[in-house]
Amino acid sequence: MYIDDTIAAIATPPGIGGVGIIRVSGKDSFPIVNSLFKSAGTVPLMDRQNRTIQYGTIVDPATNKTIDEVLVLLMKGPHSYTAEDVVEIQCHGGIVPVRQILKLLVNHDVRMAEAGEFTKRAFMNGRIDLTQAEAIIDIIEAKTEDSLSLAVSQLDGTVSSFVKDVREQLIAMIAHLEVTIDYPEEDIEDVTSQEVREQLEPILKAMDELLSTANTGRLIRDGITTVIVGRPNAGKSSLMNALLRENRAIVTDIPGTTRDSIEEYMTVEGISLRLIDTAGIRDTQDTVEALGVERARDYINKADIVLCVIDGSTPLTPEEIEILTSVSGLNTIVLLNKSDVAQVVTDENIKEHGTFTAIERISAKEGEGSAVLSKWVQELVYGGRVKQDNSAMISNVRHISLVEQAKAQVEEALSSIDMGMPVDFVATDLRSAWELLGDITGDTIRESMIDELFSRFCLGK
Amino acid sequence: MYTVDNYDVIVIGGGHAGCEAALAAARMGHRTLMATISLDNIALMPCNPAVGGPGKSHLVYELDALGGQMGINADATAIQMRMLNMGKGPAVHSLRCQSDKIKYQHLMKQTIENTENLNVKQIMVTELKVEDGKVTGIVTELGEFYGAKAVVLCTGTYLKGKILIGDIDYVGGPNGQRVAEHFSQSLLDNGIELMRFKTGTPARVDKRTLNFENMVEQAGDAHHHSFSYMDEWINRNEDVCWLTYTNEKTHEIIHSNIHRAPMYSGKIEGVGPRYCPSIEDKVVRFADKERHQLFVEPEGTGTNEMYVQGMSTSLPMDVQYAFLRTIPGLENVEIMRPAYAIEYDCLNPTQLTPALKVKHIEGLYSAGQANGTSGYEEAAAQGLMAGINAALWIEGKEPFILARSEAYIGVLIDDLVTKGTNEPYRMMTSRSEYRLLLRQDNADMRLTEKGREIGLVKDDRWAKFTAKKANIEEAMELLRNTPVNPSKETQALLESLGTAPIRTGIHAYDLVKRNELSYAVVAEAFGLKRYTPDVEEAVDISITYEGYIKKQMDQVDKVRKLEEKILPKEWDYTEIKGISLEAQQKLNKIRPHSIGQASRISGVSPADVSVLLIQLEQYNRSK
Repeated sequence: MYIDDTIAAIATPPGIGGVGIIRVSGKDSFPIVNSLFKSAGTVPLMDRQNRTIQYGTIVDPATNKTIDEVLVLLMKGPHSYTAEDVVEIQCHGGIVPVRQILKLLVNHDVRMAEAGEFTKRAFMNGRIDLTQAEAIIDIIEAKTEDSLSLAVSQLDGTVSSFVKDVREQLIAMIAHLEVTIDYPEEDIEDVTSQEVREQLEPILKAMDELLSTANTGRLIRDGITTVIVGRPNAGKSSLMNALLRENRAIVTDIPGTTRDSIEEYMTVEGISLRLIDTAGIRDTQDTVEALGVERARDYINKADIVLCVIDGSTPLTPEEIEILTSVSGLNTIVLLNKSDVAQVVTDENIKEHGTFTAIERISAKEGEGSAVLSKWVQELVYGGRVKQDNSAMISNVRHISLVEQAKAQVEEALSSIDMGMPVDFVATDLRSAWELLGDITGDTIRESMIDELFSRFCLGK
Repeated sequence: MYTVDNYDVIVIGGGHAGCEAALAAARMGHRTLMATISLDNIALMPCNPAVGGPGKSHLVYELDALGGQMGINADATAIQMRMLNMGKGPAVHSLRCQSDKIKYQHLMKQTIENTENLNVKQIMVTELKVEDGKVTGIVTELGEFYGAKAVVLCTGTYLKGKILIGDIDYVGGPNGQRVAEHFSQSLLDNGIELMRFKTGTPARVDKRTLNFENMVEQAGDAHHHSFSYMDEWINRNEDVCWLTYTNEKTHEIIHSNIHRAPMYSGKIEGVGPRYCPSIEDKVVRFADKERHQLFVEPEGTGTNEMYVQGMSTSLPMDVQYAFLRTIPGLENVEIMRPAYAIEYDCLNPTQLTPALKVKHIEGLYSAGQANGTSGYEEAAAQGLMAGINAALWIEGKEPFILARSEAYIGVLIDDLVTKGTNEPYRMMTSRSEYRLLLRQDNADMRLTEKGREIGLVKDDRWAKFTAKKANIEEAMELLRNTPVNPSKETQALLESLGTAPIRTGIHAYDLVKRNELSYAVVAEAFGLKRYTPDVEEAVDISITYEGYIKKQMDQVDKVRKLEEKILPKEWDYTEIKGISLEAQQKLNKIRPHSIGQASRISGVSPADVSVLLIQLEQYNRSK
């Protein structure tokens, strides 16, 4: 529970909107966002004109990978909503970029805001009138109940048992280290660095495995973006209709989001799927054709699955070759349509123009395509594993960030060992890791470590 | 009723808490009375003849930095000193001394008797006088009344003390002393909640009956140490301890007589500590352990009594003799004082404020084993704080409270008043979340200025402290301003020191950062000014572990603001909208001093804390 650190939250409602906004508030909001922001100018955000909008990109400094194109609004305190330094990041709509940016912030010393925390700060810093205080308490109260049930539902049983398991291993090590510190003259063997290292390595590996499921977990939570590409009359519309007919279309009930005509929602194998027809993009962008193409490309680059529809009954056209080249190397499934009539395009013809995940033949007109999609969705999400596999999958940004931080502490403990640091420092790192993981399950009571000490070791005077 | 006198502060009890409380109040200029059941037992060490150990030594260093007495007294009466945990990191280095018990008592008694503003009397207190929620004085068993503005309870294990040995039990305090039979009732009458705790002590045996060749000698350190920052480092290795082990036979005897132990026959109702279980507890709970170690320690230089550490028991005498004589070295042992268990009344510490004041009675403070702790050091630390706070209250000043990030004393008191305890509470380094900051070597840097402000740090200590501080700063500056260039001579020098060569020009500071180098080594090599070992140690630690220390300081900074938000005393938390029912009840019971303390109460969620913050802000604005 901190009151003057830097916090962030997604300010736009969940779901698909045109723009996503992440609000960052606190004393380090400017330098932190600046460290993730790239633009043509070299002047750091801190020194740019207050109350302006800056154009640039958010880049992960660790990988140098661009997350999204953004507009950044600069509002220095006290003239901001919270009366602290506030930076608002506007990125593309949709859950993915918004969450990626939030996650990046969280990995750079920003804490995810609690329910009502921006308003709370506004009040604490004198921005909000006294009469509004009660209302804020209501918000906190209500949102806590919401988020409580939400947190419970988000905490998958397998994740919580994973966390419990790792914490148990950690606490056993910590208790042993601590007991040799607090009872140096008892008849208890000291733990060697080598023993600690041997026990930490599998823990680190398990954490890595859990984190590697983060992406899968996200897919399940946020849905899969599937983009359909292809030249006109290749059969995109019939495919879309076939898919939608077989899979119940989801009517969005998220307030504040409008249903874009180029997007459809469906569930496949219990996973929500966002289906985007790039032809639709061109159609709706009737004013500037170029803009439509650019937007289509943008969607393709962010897609989890690309369905590339090719008319298998006629030789490849230059336009089709161009499309194939543009989706090569992505998670692309080439659908050779019109399998009900004589085929002239061979698999080899396709492979000449790039690398693709799979090549399948369907007849969209006959209502085929759905089975193929199901197969590849499963492949993507479960990596070919059986669906009922009970291994832990992590999806909540806060949980991911806590596991990442805990992992960093374990790594630090290992590097303390390598540097020949005394055992106290190793124990300190491990205690942090144990506490961070406890934040996931809401269990960080220090006393339990002391209990552990006494239950495991025989200590006496 | 006959009124004997009126004091500013009356301290009830002359143990380790009582001594510090009385000395602090008197030294702060208040007329103080120390009431003790026996003038012969001031600062008695009824259990082990030792001071310090992990966490506990930290308390003693802190107490010393604030102007307390225990460190000075322990240094002067030590017969062996050992620095424990030397290889485990600077923050857990822990000094432990073997004391000459009799000398310890006598020196403390002398100090007390010769302190200005302080009277010490042999008095049995039977009643606490409270009027309109404010303490007014005490009544003795002889029907005398002593008036007081403030009273500090340091009653130790004497409230309704009961000694248990096998199926024998009798009313009594440690070492055959009288107990306070009636005072508990007076506390109950004043609405104070009491708990019943149990502790125990091993037998004292005759040195002449031990076979030392069957035990392993444990000598003290060749290095010289001291608890007090006022003390010079002198050699105190006058005696040794002895190590030996129990065996299957010992355990067999205990097992076959277990039904005769009061703990197992159901005779004991008090809650005992997990960390110093009796030997019968250890044998039952850790049945797979083939042997338990024990130390045989001298009780002083002028006595043959030796303390058998690790063998606390309340088994009957025939069993005590039988199992002790199975142990190598103790084959022919003669017991001089039997081991026993003791039960006593103590206060539930959640009734106290962080200033150790009883919440519902003005002017009433409580410290030590009376608050459910265990150990001389824990008692002394609380005694000092209670004495200071009683004095400050009389002066109309704000209470003196140490944060968890400032001192083990802060951790100790915060744990007690926030979480309470269901067994005698012992300090351990693992109880502190900011352990790397709370070291023995820097207790003076952390606390001397505070002690000066209170008035307990006199000119001699202050001069010593300011000189040390200036020297540390000077040495740090020196290192920062001494360039080291990659010349041939330098590289050769570095090689001779067993450290890697440098690539570019750096400063001496960067060399000290290297694990294998220290200020002393670098200073010798580059001809820098040398300082006393304590100054050089302080420099080494702050440079070598800079990164770790900074990390913890950042954590402290993050929570500091919450600690600074002081909650109004008069709040009824059941009327605060928006916090959970459980939090309302807990908050009303604990009545936390600050939002920081509130956040540590189990059952108070982060959302509850948010609501408290808003309510507090609203309250402060409407004032």
